[in-house]
Amino acid sequence: MSNFKRFLKHEVVDFLYHLLLAVMSVIWLLPVAWLILNSLRLEKDPYIAYILPKTFTLQNYVNLFTNTRDFDFPRWFMNTLTVAIFSCLISTLLILMISYTLSRLRFPARRLYMNILLILGMFPGFMAMVAVYHLLNLMNLTQTLTGLVVIYSSGAALTYYVAKGFFDTIPRSLDEAATLDGASKNTIFWRITLPMSRPIITYTIILTFIAPWVDFIFANVIMRGKSDKWTVAVGLRNMIERNNVLEYFTQFCAGIVVVSIPLVILFMLTQKNYVAGVTSGSTKG
Amino acid sequence: MKHSLEKHGLKEPAFREFVGAMTKGDVFTRLGFLIMGAGCAARGQIAKGLLLLAAQASYIYFMFSFGVVYLSDFATLGTVEQTTVWDEAVQINRVVPGDNSMMILLFSLLTIFISLIFLYVYFTSVRVGYQALKRHRAGAAMPTFIDDLKSLWNDKYHFVLLTLPTLGLLAFTVLPIIFMVAMAFTNLDRNHQPPGNLFTWVGFENFKEIFFSHPLKSRTFYRVLGWTLTWAVTATATCYIGGVALAILINNKRVQLKNMWRTFFVITIAVPQFASLLFIRQLLNDNGTLNIVLQNLGMITEPIKFLSTHARITVLVVNFWIGVPYTMLITTGILMNIPEDLFESARIDGAGPITIFRRITLPYLFFVTAPFLITQFVGNINNFNVIFLLTNGEPRTLDYFQAGKTDLLITWLYRQTVDEQNFNMAASIGIMIFIIVSVFSLITFNIVASGKKEEEFQ
Repeated sequence: MSNFKRFLKHEVVDFLYHLLLAVMSVIWLLPVAWLILNSLRLEKDPYIAYILPKTFTLQNYVNLFTNTRDFDFPRWFMNTLTVAIFSCLISTLLILMISYTLSRLRFPARRLYMNILLILGMFPGFMAMVAVYHLLNLMNLTQTLTGLVVIYSSGAALTYYVAKGFFDTIPRSLDEAATLDGASKNTIFWRITLPMSRPIITYTIILTFIAPWVDFIFANVIMRGKSDKWTVAVGLRNMIERNNVLEYFTQFCAGIVVVSIPLVILFMLTQKNYVAGVTSGSTKG
Repeated sequence: MKHSLEKHGLKEPAFREFVGAMTKGDVFTRLGFLIMGAGCAARGQIAKGLLLLAAQASYIYFMFSFGVVYLSDFATLGTVEQTTVWDEAVQINRVVPGDNSMMILLFSLLTIFISLIFLYVYFTSVRVGYQALKRHRAGAAMPTFIDDLKSLWNDKYHFVLLTLPTLGLLAFTVLPIIFMVAMAFTNLDRNHQPPGNLFTWVGFENFKEIFFSHPLKSRTFYRVLGWTLTWAVTATATCYIGGVALAILINNKRVQLKNMWRTFFVITIAVPQFASLLFIRQLLNDNGTLNIVLQNLGMITEPIKFLSTHARITVLVVNFWIGVPYTMLITTGILMNIPEDLFESARIDGAGPITIFRRITLPYLFFVTAPFLITQFVGNINNFNVIFLLTNGEPRTLDYFQAGKTDLLITWLYRQTVDEQNFNMAASIGIMIFIIVSVFSLITFNIVASGKKEEEFQ
């Protein structure tokens, strides 16, 4: 009997654990689910008192890509994709170069260099925006995609910590062996270290690729009213400005779903490295 | 390597070498103080000498054609105001451009920047000239230009790898930051906008206004600062506690389908923040769905003002929703990686599950996640997205100088630049944020410094 009681107690505790998790999952997933439901809704009114759409439709998605007179979503998507590809290539290269140097090469000003980067990182990223805007203006790069690429990739070097942490873990004996065989530092970098660094390269590529999709503030300041150069974040926000929200809310939801799906997949792919990256910074200088 | 100075015992500290070029050098290394590259060229390093000479020539050309023009106005930031004169011939008012303070400031800083870089090149050129002389005197082999290029691929490889990232940082991070810091000491507000108007240096006037002399601005500063710190502490603490609790819950041995639960929460991280925030904003609107549903259920009669009266609570709750899965994701990995022998020895010592949790799991978790906590706190001080996209600083109040109750320093800064054009205010706020963040990071990182040296991990 007492065994049965203990069994019962276990069952109850187990049930409570799972119930709690289920309730929390609902709270966390409900807005996401509801976003998707909204994107499939025919009624355009954003302020409704029910959750399931009265009529399901894919029209919002169709409109998003075809009805481009006021809001040219395909254009924003291509803009963001272009910026993302270029800034991801440049940033990744810069980050790998800087993190490898600071991890493996020894030169007089190394400590100083790292400290300067640390201090630069403490300024709010947005603070320099005004000056950057004027600099880009001088080069006729404001309101251009090139300007955005420049901004995203030039700041990337400050986020070298994770990649440096990775390079720190590659045994130095490999470098020494290669040096004895007559390999130059350049050869070691390209032929030995980089081929061993696939995880960190993938991680850096994915993270720098995601950045332009989720950045709102820089793109907003650089592009201002130039709507054919907007990125998805800027464009979608304009879609639900006060005058448009009644008409375009469901289309806005569809836009978010379209942007989110690839990002969710990319994030899931890099999840493991992502966690390792955030926590590895904790023990390595 | 075969040309290294160490091998010949000729290596000296950089500055002593520079002085040595004057005191112990020959006529050519001394000439190198005036004509860059002379020391090298005299010892047969012609290509190197010519390169250095070319650098000197282009710097001088740059200074006379460009640098001096702006530097001469640096002290005043321009004196000639833009005017309009009546042009009789074409019968219109014609704008006569004056000095542009913004350009003067920017280009002066650029010139100073380039001069500093040139100074470094100059310093180095004297040194390498003297190094060539030392080699000559010691009868050591003189590296050819090809050798020098090769050494770039080897023991000077850091130059190759760092040049590009450093130039990018200098141009688009360092220069802009210095430019903004300079702006904090000017009167560049809405009424002094170039090119129509001039602005000039005002010393610490802006900081004085923020701290005490301008009642409205200083009140706003202290209140916004107070809210920023309250927000950062509360947001960090709630997300951390919630996330750790969730991670521990999922990690519990008796919970089935761990990966499924984890994925549920991770999905919400992966949706871009701007998207979920804009969506939630619509949801919480005065006539948004949440209010309508509550009204239909008869639970409230008036809509709850989530985004105005109760905005401070709303942003904290929504931030909790956003932040908990993130902390959960980070801490789950750590929880699973706690060394098993820690538990083992505790069990042998007769510790129960609660003691183990209190004395081992929690301290370990806290120790490993301390840097994460610090970065989270700093991130929350500058948490632009949540505030800007959710409430946009609302509710606005006349008590504040162009700010609202939920504005953080960073969103106030944003408004001062983009909406109000008070760049001097914005820059001063930015400097205050920098001081807060750097002092806080310095203190906390030193407290939690694990004492492990980075070299030990290599």
